[in-house]
Amino acid sequence: MESNVSRRKFLKYSAATAAATAIGVHLPETIQAAGALVEAGWKWDKAVCRFCGTGCGLMVATRNDKIVAVKGDPLAPVNRGLNCIKGYFNAKIMYGEDRLKTPLLRVDENGNFSKTGKFKPVSWKRAFDEMEMQIRKTLKELGPTGLGVFGSGQYTIMEGYAMVKLMKAGFRSNNLDPNARHCMASAVAGFMQTFGIDEPSGNYDDIEITDTIVCWGANMAEMHPILWSRATDNRISNPDRVKVVNLSTYRNRTSDLADIEIIFKPNTDLAIWNYLAHEIVYNHPEAIDQDFVNKYTRFATGFVDIGYGLRGNANHKNYTEKEKEITGVEVSKKLSKAEGESLAYLGYKEGDTLEMKHTAAAGAHWGISFAEFKKALKPYTLDFVAEVSKGDESEPLEAYKAKLKQLADLYIEKQRTLVSFWTMGMNQHTRGTWVNEQAYMVHFLLGKQAKPGNGAFSLTGQPSACGTAREVGTFAHRLPADMVVNNPAHRKRSEEIWKLPDGTLNPKVGSHVMQIHRDIEDGKIKFVWINVNNPYQNTANANHWLRAARELDNFIVCSEGYPGISAKVSDLILPSAMIFEKWGAYGNAERRTQHWKQQVTPVGDAMPDIWQYVELAKRFKLRDVWGAQEIPGLEGGLPDVLPEISKLGYNPNSTLYDVLFASDYAKSFEWPAEVGKDTLNTEAEGDKRNVLGADGEAWKGYGFFIQKYLWEEYRLFGLGHGHDLAEFEAYHKARGLRWPVVDGKETLWRFNSKYDVYAQKENTGDFAFYGNKGSAIGSGTLTGPNDSMEKTDMDNRAKIFFRPYMDPPEMPDKEYPLWLCTGRVLEHWHSGTMTMRVPELYRAVPEALCYMHPEDATKFGMTQGELIWVESRRGKVKAHIETRGRNRVPQGLIYVPWFDEKVFINKLCLDATCPISKQTDFKKCAVKIYKTS
Amino acid sequence: MSKSSKISRRKLLGNLPKGLATLGLGGLFWGSLVKETSAESLVLRPPGALPEKDFLKACLKCGQCVEACPYDTLKLAPAAADNLAGTPYFEPRAIPCYMCTDFPCIKKCPSEALSEKEITIDGEASINNSKMGLAVVHKESCIAYEGIHCSACYRACPLMGEAIQLIFDKNEVTQKHANLKPVVNGDICTGCGLCEHACIMEESAIKVLPPHVIEGKAGTHYIKSWDPADENRLTDIPETKKKEDVESTLDYLNDDNLLDDE
Repeated sequence: MESNVSRRKFLKYSAATAAATAIGVHLPETIQAAGALVEAGWKWDKAVCRFCGTGCGLMVATRNDKIVAVKGDPLAPVNRGLNCIKGYFNAKIMYGEDRLKTPLLRVDENGNFSKTGKFKPVSWKRAFDEMEMQIRKTLKELGPTGLGVFGSGQYTIMEGYAMVKLMKAGFRSNNLDPNARHCMASAVAGFMQTFGIDEPSGNYDDIEITDTIVCWGANMAEMHPILWSRATDNRISNPDRVKVVNLSTYRNRTSDLADIEIIFKPNTDLAIWNYLAHEIVYNHPEAIDQDFVNKYTRFATGFVDIGYGLRGNANHKNYTEKEKEITGVEVSKKLSKAEGESLAYLGYKEGDTLEMKHTAAAGAHWGISFAEFKKALKPYTLDFVAEVSKGDESEPLEAYKAKLKQLADLYIEKQRTLVSFWTMGMNQHTRGTWVNEQAYMVHFLLGKQAKPGNGAFSLTGQPSACGTAREVGTFAHRLPADMVVNNPAHRKRSEEIWKLPDGTLNPKVGSHVMQIHRDIEDGKIKFVWINVNNPYQNTANANHWLRAARELDNFIVCSEGYPGISAKVSDLILPSAMIFEKWGAYGNAERRTQHWKQQVTPVGDAMPDIWQYVELAKRFKLRDVWGAQEIPGLEGGLPDVLPEISKLGYNPNSTLYDVLFASDYAKSFEWPAEVGKDTLNTEAEGDKRNVLGADGEAWKGYGFFIQKYLWEEYRLFGLGHGHDLAEFEAYHKARGLRWPVVDGKETLWRFNSKYDVYAQKENTGDFAFYGNKGSAIGSGTLTGPNDSMEKTDMDNRAKIFFRPYMDPPEMPDKEYPLWLCTGRVLEHWHSGTMTMRVPELYRAVPEALCYMHPEDATKFGMTQGELIWVESRRGKVKAHIETRGRNRVPQGLIYVPWFDEKVFINKLCLDATCPISKQTDFKKCAVKIYKTS
Repeated sequence: MSKSSKISRRKLLGNLPKGLATLGLGGLFWGSLVKETSAESLVLRPPGALPEKDFLKACLKCGQCVEACPYDTLKLAPAAADNLAGTPYFEPRAIPCYMCTDFPCIKKCPSEALSEKEITIDGEASINNSKMGLAVVHKESCIAYEGIHCSACYRACPLMGEAIQLIFDKNEVTQKHANLKPVVNGDICTGCGLCEHACIMEESAIKVLPPHVIEGKAGTHYIKSWDPADENRLTDIPETKKKEDVESTLDYLNDDNLLDDE
C-alpha cells in the first residue's frame, strides 16, 4: 500500500487527517481511507540522536519491527525538528550489512580458545563460559586489579550504572574508565577544582541570549552542527550586536561566521587566556567585578613541575629509542625562551632544567592573594603573548596583535554578554585542566559566569559523556553523583545505597584509559572488556596497545555492533543491541537527560549490554569476590567482608546477580508497566527470537523492569545533593529535563540564586558555588603552599586559578618539522564504525585526508592528492594530501582526522596526558612527511 | 554465518562507491544521450576539452587521458554511444574529477583535444580555470535549504567558499536555527563534480551539467549600463541586412476586418 501513496500525498493525508480530527471536520472518505492505511503501517516514538553531545531529539518510525525512518523531533527544544547529516541517517546506522549477530571466539582447530586462533561463531553460553573461566583465572593470578573495562560516554545511563556496580561493588575493581577520558576529563578536572561540582553552569539558551560567542578549540560548525545553526541564527538576526570569534590552530569552518579569527600556535591558548587576564588586571581594573570576585571567589595556584602524564619510567623496556627522545620530559625538561619568561615567577630562566617533582601531586593547589595572582600575570603583555602565540607565519605581527586586542576588548566591555565555548582543543591538552581553569579565571574576574548569556561553557563531544561517563561516574576514580572512591564518606554512602558491607568498595583509584593500556602492556591487567568503545582505534600511540592485545597472555572481550579495530584485536566478540534496540537514556552538554524506549527487536542474536553485564553477574558468587583481596599499592588490601553479609540477608553462595541486580527492591519494579505499554523489553520479558542465552536456554527475561530499577536506584545518589533527577516516567513525557530537577522543575543557570534552588538555599546573595561548600583550601604563595598555615573554608566560593604558559612535551624540530593535529569531520562519528556504513556518508567522505598548506606541499616536493607517508617517533601512516579542503592549516601544521581505520593516525599521536585529568593530547605532536614513491 | 561474513570488510567498503554509481546512473544514460545530436549532449568532458564540436573533431579516441587519470575518473564512451563512442567523459556521481594540479590527462593528449590553452588565463595554466561543467543546486530538494545542517557539497568543493558559498538565513519553522544554504558561483565553478559526488541525498540535489546546457545568453540589443565591459559584446556583431516586407504591411493595412458582421 505504502508504495502506492507517494510521500507527498502521505504527508498531505496525515496532516489533513490530524487537522480534521482536531477540529472535527468531516473528510471525504477517500482521503480518510488513505490516511488510515498509511498510518497503520508504522508508529512514531520519541528517541535521541545516537551521535554527538548536542543531544538532538528524534522521532523514530518503526514498521514490522524495523526502523524505517527518523525525523527531528519538532518538540525537542535543542533542535526543534532539525538535524545535522549524521542525525539525518539514524535510521540507517543499525542495518549495515556486516552487523555483528552472533558471539565470535578465537578458537583452534579443536574449538578451544586460542589467542592465535581464528574467530568462529559460538553460542552465548560458550561465550559466557569462556569469559567466566578467564575472569577466574585472572582473579586468581592478579586479584581484582587484573580486570579492566574500557567504558564509554556512549553507554546509556543505565548501562553505565550497571557496569559501575558490577565492577566496583561486585568485582571490587576500579579499573573501569570510559573513552570520555579522551574527551572530557580535563573539563571535569577543571570543574571539580574550580567549582567542586561537575558540569556547566549555563545551558544552550545562552546561545540565543548572548552578545558574543567565542570558540576556543571548538570547531562548532562541524562538531556541534545544530548548536552552530543556533549560533548562526543569533549572529545574523542581530548583526550589529552579536560578534563571533574563532580561536584555533588552523582555519576551520567555524571561521565562516567569525568576525575575528585568531590562528595560534599549539598550546599557546594558555598564554592568550593569561593575556586577557593581564589586560583586565593591569590595564582595565575597572572591568573587574569586584563584588563578584570578593564575595564568590578565592585565588589559587598549583605546581608546574607535574610532568606530562607519560610513564614515570622514561626508559620503559617497550619504548623505542626514538620514543625515548621525548619520554624523558616526564623526569625533567630544559626550559625554552618562552618558559624562561612565563616561569620567571618561580625563579627559573631560559635554559634551566625543570625537574618534575610533583607528578604525583599534579592536582594539588592552594590559596594565594590577589597581589600574588597579579604578580604572576605580569609577563603576559600583548607583545610577549603575540610573539609566543601567533600561529600563522604569514600573518603580520601587528595585524595579529590588533586581533588579540579586539578579543580583549570584547571580553572587557562591561555591558557585553559573552560565552566562551570549547571542546577538544582545550580538553585534549597536556595542560588541559589548567586551560579550562583559565577560562573560568577570565569569566570570574569579569563577573561573567553563571548568568544568562554569560559564562565559560564546556561543550561535550559524546551523547552521554555528561549523562553517563560523568554523572554516573564510569571513571576509575568516581562513584555516582560526583563522588569519588578515595573518599571514605562517599564510599560509605554508596555502600549504603548498594546495600554492601562496610569496606566492600575499593578505596584505591583505578587505572585510567592510558593506564589500562599500559597495564595490559605490563601484564598487570589480563582480562579486558570493551563496552561501547573502540579503544584500539581511539588511543594515542596505538602500536604499543595493539601489540600488547595480540601478543601477550590476556583475554580481551569486545561488545560491539560492528567489526572495527577493537573487535579485530579481541579474543571474544559479543554482538550488542544498538541504540533503538534497547531502552536507554543519554545526558547532553546542557545537563539535559533524555530517555527513549526500545523500538525494535535486536538483529540476529545481538543482546543489550545491560543483559550482557547482568548475565555475567550470575556467574560469580560472593565467596568468589568478597573475601580478602590483595590490591597493589593498597596496604592491607581489601578486607574480607563475607562475615558481614548475613546481616544484609546474603550468603556466600548468593550471586552478584542476586545482590547487585535482583534484590527485592529491584524486583519491586514490575514489568509489564504502564510506561512500557505495547513496547518491547528484551531484558525484562525476552523477545520473539527466543535467543539461546547465557545458560543455553531460550531467553525469557528477568521478569521485572530492570531499566527502571537501575534508573531509580541510580537517582538516589543525586537526590538532595545538587544532582537531582526526576523519576523514570517523567522523562517519557518531557523532551528531556535539565538537572538538578527539583520539585519537577529543571535548573537553567546553576549557582545563580535566581534560577537554582540549591544556590538560593545557601543564602549568600546572588550566587553560591555550593560545590565547594564545606571544603577548605590551604594557603601559600606563588612558589608553594605554606603547610603551617591554617586552611580556609571555601565558603560557597569558586576558585580563580593562576596557571602559567608551558610548552607541550613534543614540538617540531629538524627531524620532525611539522605539528600534527587530529580531530573529526562533520560527516563521521568517532571511529566511523556506524557512519562509514551509511553509504551516503561514506560517499561524501570516504577517507581521512592529510590537510596541508599548499606551500608546505611545494616545499616537500609534493602535490595535491598525492599519497604520502606521515611519520612520528611512534608510528607512520599513508594519507592523501589535501591542500584546499575544509581545513586550511597554516604552514608548519598538518591536520588528519581519526575516523578512518585505514588512515590509522592514532599510531602517530603521543600518549602524553594532562597530568591532572589524564586526558591525552591528540592535538599536537611532531611529525615528518615524505613521498611514498 | 550469513553470506556477508565471507566478503571481507575492506572489500565491502571498497566496493561501495562503484555499487552506488551503478545504482545511481544505470544504463539509460547513454541511451538517452545518443538520441540527441552530439553538440547538445549532456556529457562531461575532461578538463581542458575544446568546445564540444571542435573536441569531437580533434579527439583521436586513443584513451591516453583515461589511462593518465589517477582516480579512474575518465571513461571512454561505449559503442552504444554511437557517434560519441570512444571519447572520454566522466560521471561525477560515480567518480568526480579530483582536479589534479598537474592535469596529467591534458598533458597526455596527443591531439590538443584537451588543451592547456583552454585552462590558461593570463599566461598561467591552472586546473582552477577549467570549465568541465557547471554545478546547479536544486533548491527544492536540497535539505540544507530546509534547515538540515549539511553543506557536504560546500566542504567537498576544491574551491570552497568561492565556487560554492554558504548563505545564511533564518529558519522560519524553528525560529532559532539558521539555514546554511549552498550557492554555486558559476564564474568560478569548474564542474569537477566533487559536490555532486558528496551530496548525501539519495539522488544528488546538486548536479553538474555541461556549461552550455545551463548558461543563458543575452542578446546584443541591450547593453548593461552598470557594466562597462558589456559593451564589448557589440564589437563582434556581424552586419546583417534585414529583409523588408512592404507587401505584408500593405496587406495588413488594407484588410478591412475590424467591423463585426451584422
